Amino acid sequence: MNKVVSNADEAIRDIKSGMTLMLGGFGLCGLPENCIAALVKKGVKELTCISNNAGVDGFGIGLMLKQRQVKKMISSYVGENAEFERQLLSGELEVELIPQGTLATRCMAAGYGMPAIFTPAGIGTEVAQGKEIRNFHGKDYLMELAFDADFAIVKAWKGDTMGNLVYRHTARNFNPVMAMAGKITIAEVEELVEPGELDPDHIHTPGIYVHRIFQGSNYEKRIEQRTVRKK
Amino acid sequence: MLDKEGIAKRIAKEIKDGYYVNLGIGIPTLVANYIPEGIDVVLQSENGLLGMGPFPFEGEEDADMINAGKQTITILPGSAVFDSAMSFGMIRAKKVNLTILGAMEVSENGDIANWKIPGKMVKGMGGAMDLVASAENIIVAMQHVNKAGESKLLPECSLPLTGVHCVKKIVTELAVLDVLPEGGFKLLERAPGVSVEEIRNATAGKLIIEGDIPEMILI
Repeated sequence: MNKVVSNADEAIRDIKSGMTLMLGGFGLCGLPENCIAALVKKGVKELTCISNNAGVDGFGIGLMLKQRQVKKMISSYVGENAEFERQLLSGELEVELIPQGTLATRCMAAGYGMPAIFTPAGIGTEVAQGKEIRNFHGKDYLMELAFDADFAIVKAWKGDTMGNLVYRHTARNFNPVMAMAGKITIAEVEELVEPGELDPDHIHTPGIYVHRIFQGSNYEKRIEQRTVRKK
Repeated sequence: MLDKEGIAKRIAKEIKDGYYVNLGIGIPTLVANYIPEGIDVVLQSENGLLGMGPFPFEGEEDADMINAGKQTITILPGSAVFDSAMSFGMIRAKKVNLTILGAMEVSENGDIANWKIPGKMVKGMGGAMDLVASAENIIVAMQHVNKAGESKLLPECSLPLTGVHCVKKIVTELAVLDVLPEGGFKLLERAPGVSVEEIRNATAGKLIIEGDIPEMILI
């Protein structure tokens, strides 16, 4: 049960133009930096990317946007990226904005083998247009479908060769639910360890969900909003 | 009339001991600075944290520890970290006692618009639609009128909605108001030095005034 691949290039070897990818992370926190760099190098295009945000200019998914590799973004918030805005306004890029909890829970549903969820988020708004509404106990809920992604690409802190993953602090965010949701899931980790080195009681993503794993390198871990107080 | 800090101070008085609270970006974030002594609250950050602490000291920032506004933060003893699905699970299941967020418009039946202005670059709703659809206790912190001098408390919202029939209370630079279940803004308190007349002139939606309206007491 060894899932280790040598590097990001090998991990993404069969990702092709036109595929749908999930990319973990919140803002620039918990991003699969090595795989994003490999995707940029490989130059696959026409991608549909499911990710909470679209990176910033020069980092994260912003790097893929700059190379015009993304056909469609499915996100909850896309604010911080001038190139993104340019492509959106010129019609080069398609964007589907969905509520953040809906985004997370549609990933979760895929990982739990459920075809759809019911959520009150978006009732009475343009998000509800064209969607089935069901009333439970006097309250309306939207039916939202589980995501169907060819690949999920996530970043964890530690992982073992069997694919078990542990995340660190709020770099966890969307990574565990996306890891569960991909037809093929690729995990890059800061530290790859042998089976037995991670406490089974402390695993966040069981290895059954992970198909390929490798130890990444040169993590930049850029901070989007550095805020501090004086001593 | 209150400044932003004043609005935050007044809202802080609504927080009860033992509450789990989600604070939105902007004025709501400032509320954390004015939580009264002896009141024990846990702040939820929807990117996956309960127990958010203050900003880190210079040099102690950690790229793996941010809040929903992507700012570096610290975690307090007793904190818990979880994934985004669980984060919105606890919001949807009404475990979070109080949600405080900003708004561009609120209508007299409690509808809120705070994510999209037609003709402007749309950044997205983030977690706002999930929060307003599920939270039982929502306080809006905002200016009473926009930069053009137009009321933001309206009979109906003109901007695309974030959620319907959800806002319970509004605190502005002029007043504290309840949004009544049957519709209408009920005036509860005036900001220091502000007259009922000024509030009436700044409120386009149905304003309900009963008896003497006291001036608010800030901590």
